[in-house]
Amino acid sequence: MKCTVCRGPAVIDLRRHNANFCADHLVRFCRDQVAKAIDNHDMLAPGERVLVAVSGGKDSLALWDLLLELGYDAEGMTIGLGIGEYSEASTAAAVAFADERGLALHRVDLRGEYGYDIPTAAAVTRRVPCSSCGMSKRHLIDKAALDGGFDVVATGHNLDDEAAVLLGNVLHWQTEYLGRQLPVLPARDGFPRKVKPLVRLGERETAAYCVLRGIDYIVDECPMAEGNRHLRYKEALNGIEAGSPGTKHAFYFEFLDKAAGLFTPEAAESRADLRPCASCGAPTTGDVCAFCRLVERVADAEPVPVELVRRGGRGRGRRRVAAGRGDR
Amino acid sequence: MRVLLRNPRRELELAGPVTVAKLLGQLELNRESVLVVRGDTLVPGDAVLSDDDVVEIRPVISGGAA
Repeated sequence: MKCTVCRGPAVIDLRRHNANFCADHLVRFCRDQVAKAIDNHDMLAPGERVLVAVSGGKDSLALWDLLLELGYDAEGMTIGLGIGEYSEASTAAAVAFADERGLALHRVDLRGEYGYDIPTAAAVTRRVPCSSCGMSKRHLIDKAALDGGFDVVATGHNLDDEAAVLLGNVLHWQTEYLGRQLPVLPARDGFPRKVKPLVRLGERETAAYCVLRGIDYIVDECPMAEGNRHLRYKEALNGIEAGSPGTKHAFYFEFLDKAAGLFTPEAAESRADLRPCASCGAPTTGDVCAFCRLVERVADAEPVPVELVRRGGRGRGRRRVAAGRGDR
Repeated sequence: MRVLLRNPRRELELAGPVTVAKLLGQLELNRESVLVVRGDTLVPGDAVLSDDDVVEIRPVISGGAA
């Protein structure tokens, strides 16, 4: 197999692009796709301060590396979620990446600073762990960006993430979420601007980028995400993609071109009555935001080990979260 | 050859020569969902793996995109 660009030995085939690449040209391909996404969707302007949400996984570390390679002023932020060895290894990967390159990495520890961790939050709320995890991360990243004077938050959502979320939102007709499933969410009402520069890259491509750039990321899956609905949607889409390369790209980008705008009025309407949280000042539709309510609820709870709340464990009877997903 | 698999972590001893594409087929793995890593680089679908090779089949699907 030869590289489509230079005819040297290829290391990967990308069937959806009908192309094979050597290591150098795969890296260049990833940079070009990110630059194109940033340009096409007006994500970033030169000189802006970018806060990258860093988990220690392939997407966030690839994103941070790619933004730096493209010349952006990007600092990282990582959150200690308290999911046992998985969180320790994730944080270690993020710290190692930053230290090796002399980069600024802002760190927040849920247990140390807010008195809880994700397994305990899941047990107390009796909801799937991804619910309190996603909400906590969004709240703390927004807060860090606003407190730190950053112009924009960049997240590592890739094409597979967006296509899987879109599938879930369509299957359950979550029209409010469909109206804000966009590559750029503008700043408003106390929310920072958020961008997804990896939307043109699949996760096989971001993983390949990390391997070829020597980026040491955490490969193992979060023990609390095992078998979740999002993973099942991804597997279903990959099954279709195997027979029809390019399906995921068409699904997501045709949605952006032809349908997303139909749902934006409903998404905007749901945001019309935002007000500052009485406790922390973050925008919320109630008196107190979901994050502050969670912190108060788990304040006196004994820490719960990961093993007791991981999927398939004792928590099988937990209430289910809403099927769809938004970004805020 | 030695084949390292993840989630759960395990190791298989398999006979070569075999192409990467055929190996993934034997293991019933979707090529869209994995990378095959040998040393510090990737191995494409048509590469032939021999008895002496050590490869990692690395899943690329992650699910914590809340």
